[in-house]
Amino acid sequence: MSATTDFTLAIEGLTVSFDGFKAVDDLNLYIDKNELHVVIGPNGAGKTTVLDLICGKTKATSGSIKFLNVELTKKSEHEIVRAGVGRKFQTPSIYENLTVLENLEVSYPEGRGIFGSLLFKRTPKVMEKIHEIANEIMLDDALDMPAGLLSHGQKQWLEIGMLLIQDPQLLMLDEPVAGMSVKEREQTAVLLNKISQGRSVLVIEHDMEFVERIAHKVTVLHQGKILAAGDMHKVQHDPKVVEVYLGH
Amino acid sequence: MNFVYEKLMGGKAGFTGFVILAVLILLVFPLFLDVFRLNLVGKYLTYAFPAVSLVLLWGYGGILSLGQGIFFGLGGYAMAMFLKLEASSPENTAIQSTPGIPDFMDWNQLTELPWFWIPFESFTFTLIAILVVPAVFAYLIGAAMFKRRVGGVYFAIITQVIAVILTVLIVGQQGFIGGINGITDLRTLHGWDITSDNAKMIFYYICCFLLLAVVVMGRFILTSKFGSLLLAMRDKEDRVRFSGYDVSNFKIFIFCIAAMFSAIGGAMFTLQVGFMSPSFVGIVPSIEMVIFCAVGGRMSLIGAIYGTLLINFGKTTFSESFPQLWLFLMGGLFIAVVMFFPNGLAGIWQSYSHYITGPLARLKSSFSKGPATRGAVKLSEDVG
Repeated sequence: MSATTDFTLAIEGLTVSFDGFKAVDDLNLYIDKNELHVVIGPNGAGKTTVLDLICGKTKATSGSIKFLNVELTKKSEHEIVRAGVGRKFQTPSIYENLTVLENLEVSYPEGRGIFGSLLFKRTPKVMEKIHEIANEIMLDDALDMPAGLLSHGQKQWLEIGMLLIQDPQLLMLDEPVAGMSVKEREQTAVLLNKISQGRSVLVIEHDMEFVERIAHKVTVLHQGKILAAGDMHKVQHDPKVVEVYLGH
Repeated sequence: MNFVYEKLMGGKAGFTGFVILAVLILLVFPLFLDVFRLNLVGKYLTYAFPAVSLVLLWGYGGILSLGQGIFFGLGGYAMAMFLKLEASSPENTAIQSTPGIPDFMDWNQLTELPWFWIPFESFTFTLIAILVVPAVFAYLIGAAMFKRRVGGVYFAIITQVIAVILTVLIVGQQGFIGGINGITDLRTLHGWDITSDNAKMIFYYICCFLLLAVVVMGRFILTSKFGSLLLAMRDKEDRVRFSGYDVSNFKIFIFCIAAMFSAIGGAMFTLQVGFMSPSFVGIVPSIEMVIFCAVGGRMSLIGAIYGTLLINFGKTTFSESFPQLWLFLMGGLFIAVVMFFPNGLAGIWQSYSHYITGPLARLKSSFSKGPATRGAVKLSEDVG
């Protein structure tokens, strides 16, 4: 279809089948700059698979994923990250044996080659960036703490921080508030609204109340296909959506 | 200077440990042991090279190689081939049907030096080959495995299989590489008798310095961002991959480094012991190396050296009196360490050393500081 677009992310005709089962079926999805897009859907709808496809963890059977007009489907995982796509996993994926500071340092987007990492120096510039991010994710006081000792919510924030330090143009978060307390959810909502400025954010979430607070646009997936899309209000009152998902 | 202290020595604790080790192997052992025993310690220290390499590879990188004997052997054989060629000069081998080739080739009706032996007439080539051949071999194994994301138990089994294959190959090719007997009867290096006491002393010191150098290089790797990445890959490989790193390249690199470290040990083994054979290549030595590392502490470069020394002293002492029991004892020790002290000797030291160092430090401070200065310290503590 269109050769170039203004979208940060343009997914067209994306299909992946596992032994004939189409987990994602002819999906079209567009995300603008500064947009916070939430994907919802019942279990097995293909939400996480979509993130896996974008970040290269799963290879698409057919279709295209264009990020800033660059095709991602043929790239390897680390190339996609270097192009500017960051992805948070569903369960907090942090390095429990390293300190918070080291977690952020390892994620700092320099010294990514073998010799680069051997000769990498903790310069004032690096430390400044680490403090800036740690401040943003409310972990500035915990920099020297082993990450394994953080609370569950703090681990989620740390992983978000590890992505933010790479300044990605597209940030993908898989259930960022799962297992968080009410207060932590509120803080996370504020954080997400803040970090969606200047970049695009794609969130998978189950918690409707939370989705309402953060989403600019919502896409409902069901059996690998889009059931409905638009703003939260429209989606919530779509009869098809009510039937398969919200009504339950 | 700060770079040397922090990066190469690993700060104060690391520096102290390094100095104690250096004093022990460079001063204490040579002072208190005769040349025979010192040569024996030198032999043990060559096993410490693969043990140290396993700290990097397994302890930090989480990549368990049950085939470090491969690289120990490659290094050892490279050195042995050079020494054997020197020992097989036409004058020394005049009684053979083809003088000038190693004796085992002559027994196997070879009439010409095989092509892959020819470069080993050069000592410079040999020294390069000791590092490059294992590194290239490790690169090939690593690229084949890690690029396909083979890891964990599968990787361990494959390395073990390669160790077996290499042993079988060496044993089967008696004419080319000496077979089950290995390459024996090594005498001189550039005309200098390597079996003399003098040579044994010098090789012991070279071995010690190389081992300390390997520890320093290991420290450099572990204190860099690469070291953090190793731990990170061990914990959450996907997170590292999705942070923009090509994980397989990092694994291949550390596997090659570990191979080179092991090969240096192998080459020093040949020099000090005077022969090389397939019994240092296969499964048993490879697993022993893992045990040395585990007993010493797989997170501690220096711990791995003490582990190697302890087990080998034990092996010598016990197997002199109860040869059959030793293997059971070593197996039992390995299980006990893994179950009760997962960080080995180094872990025990870290947990309990304050009982020793604490009173010592208090003793030291009460000697060095008078009551007046102590008061001042107290005051500044209150202010702080």
